[in-house]
Amino acid sequence: MNFREQLETLADIKHSFVEKLSETESKTLRTSKLEILQLNITRKCNLQCKHCHVSAGPDRQELMSKAKFESILELLDKADISTLDITGGAPEMNPHLEWFIRSASGKVERIIVRSNLVILKEEEFKKYIKIYSENKIEIVASLPHFTENLTDRMRGSGIFSTSIEVIKELNTEGYGKNGTGKVLNFVHNPVGAILPGDQNALETEFKKRLMDLYGIHFNNLFCITNMPLGRYLEYLKKSDNYEDYMDELICSFNPAAAESLMCKNTLNVSWDGKLYNCDFNQMLELEADFEKFSNITDFDPSYFEDKMISVGNHCFGCTAGSGSSCQGTIE
Amino acid sequence: MSDYFEKKDLVDFANIGEYAEEEGGKFFEYYGKSMSEGKLSKREKCLIALTIAVVQKCPYCIDAYTNESLKLGITKEEMMEAIHVGASMQAGIVLAHSTQMRKIIKKKEM
Ligand code: SF4
Ligand code: SF4
Repeated sequence: MNFREQLETLADIKHSFVEKLSETESKTLRTSKLEILQLNITRKCNLQCKHCHVSAGPDRQELMSKAKFESILELLDKADISTLDITGGAPEMNPHLEWFIRSASGKVERIIVRSNLVILKEEEFKKYIKIYSENKIEIVASLPHFTENLTDRMRGSGIFSTSIEVIKELNTEGYGKNGTGKVLNFVHNPVGAILPGDQNALETEFKKRLMDLYGIHFNNLFCITNMPLGRYLEYLKKSDNYEDYMDELICSFNPAAAESLMCKNTLNVSWDGKLYNCDFNQMLELEADFEKFSNITDFDPSYFEDKMISVGNHCFGCTAGSGSSCQGTIE
Repeated sequence: MSDYFEKKDLVDFANIGEYAEEEGGKFFEYYGKSMSEGKLSKREKCLIALTIAVVQKCPYCIDAYTNESLKLGITKEEMMEAIHVGASMQAGIVLAHSTQMRKIIKKKEM
């Protein structure tokens, strides 16, 4: 589905997000202080997971250029941004990643890389285990479930066992262990047309199972709702779950979660430098409304605050239940 | 039958306190407390609830607790294992009640 088809599909639900939002105290969503810069530096990926909202895969060619990365480094010098959140596709597949990490570290308090883990087993990319470790990169790794069967159903055959091997290597580097300062967090996305359950309960179970069976350490589990976008939206439609899933998202609308959405303090930048309020909007080409600024090359960070956030019906994915963000449950 | 058990009626569960607000409120307080994490984990409680839902054949509770189990990462094999506990308990309860029957038989037969 291209972005227009996705928007058309998303228009076909019982209540609009804008309408629901207008019933809350704040009525609309506006940006607050810019704290997080999130970069989708490629749409290329070695995997093709069924839940991928980016519809990433080996055939995608989109890569952020060195010139765009240089603009970002300039922005980091100008703006008081605490966190750099690097995602993709598989970020490691952008050839400038190593240089960029080394150049950016020291400019922000925290650099996160969202890795699919298995890429760190490939000859060309395994150097990143050391690079991440040396630069104290916080790794956020996708691990939908603690069983091989469910993880492989979502991400492809053999992915779970390779992920476990890579996690063990990361643990040997000190990742996921208290006191090392090397943070390894996992992301759980439900495998199927369901919303995530209680984050604490799931984290307890993940920790117990992964320790008992594989002796694995990690820091936190983030439970992230699958957004009705990209490949996941296609799955919902094909499996005849779209209507029920959207109904559940709408029924679970939580005004408190709407107060602390990640789009309030995040600027998302696509591979070509375009500006978005979040990477979900990026997939729908719903650009952020910063009037005269539309690309990172000329963006003035002092302009970020108190601007209207572009929203759509996919936003129900962030406001359901306890809420969902790139850092897991909101509340 | 479809008029009696409609999927959309599940959301009406939130309104079962209607016409008797105080009792309803107390029920929800009790329900919330008993289902929350205690000495038993949320997972364990969810599997107990799912098993009772199936044993009692309540379509609403089966829907609610199958979904809740999936959300908590409980696998289908674990769910089915729990259902077998319920099924064998049911079978055992039926067979245990045959004691009454057997006692009568033994008393009456020559
Ligand atoms: S979900 Fe992540 S690992 Fe999977 S295809 Fe998408 S970008 Fe790649
Ligand atoms: S999808 Fe979520 S993060 Fe993005 S604009 Fe909507 S509510 Fe905000």
